[in-house]
Amino acid sequence: MSAPQPNSFRTGPDERGHFGIYGGRFVAETLMPLILELEKAYAQAKADPKYQQEMDGHLANYVGRPSPLYFAERLTEHLRKTASGLSAGGAKIYFKREELNHTGAHKVNNVLGQIMLALRMGKKRIIAETGAGMHGVATATLCAKFGLPCIVYMGAVDVERQKPNVLRMRMLGAEVRAVESGSKTLKDAMNEALRDWVSNVADTFYCIGTVAGPHPYPAMVRDFQSIIGHETREQMQAAEGRLPDSLIACIGGGSNAMGLFHPFLDDRAIEIYGVEAAGHGLKSGKHAASIAGGKAGVLHGNRTYLLMDDDGQIEEAHSISAGLDYPGIGPEHAWLHDMGRVQFLSATDDEAVAAFQLCSKLEGIIPALEPAHALARVLDLAPSKPKDHLMVLNMSGRGDKDLDSVAAFLESKKR
Amino acid sequence: MSTRIDRRFAALKQEGRAALVTFTMAGDPDADTSLAIAKALPKAGADVIELGMPFTDPMADGPAIQAAGLRALKAGARTSKTLALVREFRKSDDATPIVLMGYYNPIYIYGVDKFLIDAKAAGVDGLIVVDLPPEEDEELCLPALKAGLNFIRLATPTTDDKRLPAVLSNTSGFVYYVSIAGVTGSAAPDAGKVAAAVARIKRHTKLPVAVGFGVKSAEQARAIAACADAVVVGSALVDALCKSLDNSGKAGLGTVKAVTDLVAELAQGVRAARRVAAT
Repeated sequence: MSAPQPNSFRTGPDERGHFGIYGGRFVAETLMPLILELEKAYAQAKADPKYQQEMDGHLANYVGRPSPLYFAERLTEHLRKTASGLSAGGAKIYFKREELNHTGAHKVNNVLGQIMLALRMGKKRIIAETGAGMHGVATATLCAKFGLPCIVYMGAVDVERQKPNVLRMRMLGAEVRAVESGSKTLKDAMNEALRDWVSNVADTFYCIGTVAGPHPYPAMVRDFQSIIGHETREQMQAAEGRLPDSLIACIGGGSNAMGLFHPFLDDRAIEIYGVEAAGHGLKSGKHAASIAGGKAGVLHGNRTYLLMDDDGQIEEAHSISAGLDYPGIGPEHAWLHDMGRVQFLSATDDEAVAAFQLCSKLEGIIPALEPAHALARVLDLAPSKPKDHLMVLNMSGRGDKDLDSVAAFLESKKR
Repeated sequence: MSTRIDRRFAALKQEGRAALVTFTMAGDPDADTSLAIAKALPKAGADVIELGMPFTDPMADGPAIQAAGLRALKAGARTSKTLALVREFRKSDDATPIVLMGYYNPIYIYGVDKFLIDAKAAGVDGLIVVDLPPEEDEELCLPALKAGLNFIRLATPTTDDKRLPAVLSNTSGFVYYVSIAGVTGSAAPDAGKVAAAVARIKRHTKLPVAVGFGVKSAEQARAIAACADAVVVGSALVDALCKSLDNSGKAGLGTVKAVTDLVAELAQGVRAARRVAAT
């Protein structure tokens, strides 16, 4: 990249919420005072050791942290065999086991922080959007734990394809509102949550599930998720006596990826890969790869890469993974792409499902379809690396929710 | 520099009555019908015309205006066609102010500089862009003012006295007071609360104050016109248009009339109002 390299990649955003030209606060005036209030409250909480202490306690005893850093030995061996014809040898692959967290994904790290903040701010009602349902389940879970009413907006299409998570949310006492507007997926769920927030300004806290939205959400969600990267640093030091050589994670909005990447951004020798969902293929027009197939625009409170037509109308994203099925990406990722610090790759539905099956059989870990996209790229990156290369994949969620989707996908391939 | 908006509000002040500001979606249900409606609005009683710029993801709009935008997009609407509509309108009407209202992304993608040049040339007088608060003034507000367009800002019930000066600082033409915290087309505003809010805003600005969100009937328009400089009606007009469509969503014979009849009713309400507010 021709852009000058900053001294640090970890100082953003600026006081107005910008990462380079990305980010910002593109919201209706009704929400502006609420966002400023949130920014202030978060800054105060962050500086309060009691807030952090209480969070650490819940992270340990309720979420089950730290999550293990696991050496995926059979996958490593398998890929070394396929690399045998090459001189390289094949990287040593580790999984950061976020799927072992309570609720089965990394989402809970962020929700805990936001719900504790909502309580500090005296908010009485929690709203959230969800795609695959993992953020909705995490929000419903913590609202149950802290005794708060919870309303989750979910696209009607996603309600249909992620039924187990809808049942979980309802069991946890949340109200799931199926969104019938627009394309009936995650972006429309977010529109509807914003409309709710605008209509219930006095008592409602909007718990956003990814590193997107108006400032301070992208930075705040990143901070809560950064525990993934901080733990990985310590755990890799303990296991191998040094830092990893590469990191890889799937990206929809990009919160699991940002959580792993951020603590390593200034370790410039470390290669960092984000994997977007290529759906039916980047050339098919049916994908969710905002960096590979989109351009800079403004939606949902921030400027970032978006899928859209030449009139600026937002296009529907397509992915077998509901969690990656969003036409945008967090603004900090957009900036890291422009800076050349993170390399963005993609994986198709076919590749993700193949990786899903391979991981299940080799490691006894059924991954969610989201990290299966990152795993698909591990399958060709790892064999190209030397044997002493340490590669960390963020296993951001477990695949129970995806069994029906994968079975239906495989069935359709047989025909 | 005086704009059509400034001149219109000055003239109405002379007349001693409030303005009726009508909102319809450009290109809804199709380009021709939408132009026919715009052309018929001044005669029906609209003093200022607001045209919605269709967007796939209108976060601050209720179901009626969401549907109007999607109808327009389905019929081929795009930013260049909205500007073409204004150009056509201006061929026969050089006096009625036109304000474009929408979201930032289509303007950003059209190109801010090019958009301002083309909008000014087409005969647009002002812009309302819902997702550009004062914090983002450098994006479009300041360039628009420089280009000679009014930039009309929304003030809301959550905009307190401390924040009002920031909201009003680069506002021109008029101030649009959103009478309820909610999306367009929600519950009707309480006239008493609106009067207090308008008085509060007027302590901070000499600009005319328009009130909208939730005004549906002539009676409500009358009540609001008694305390504000303008009444904005949108969702009710869009609803009337929607009801006039045939089963396939196409314009019916009565579509233009369905809108202008309601505008005429609302205009009567506005004109019947007794001004109580000190201006």
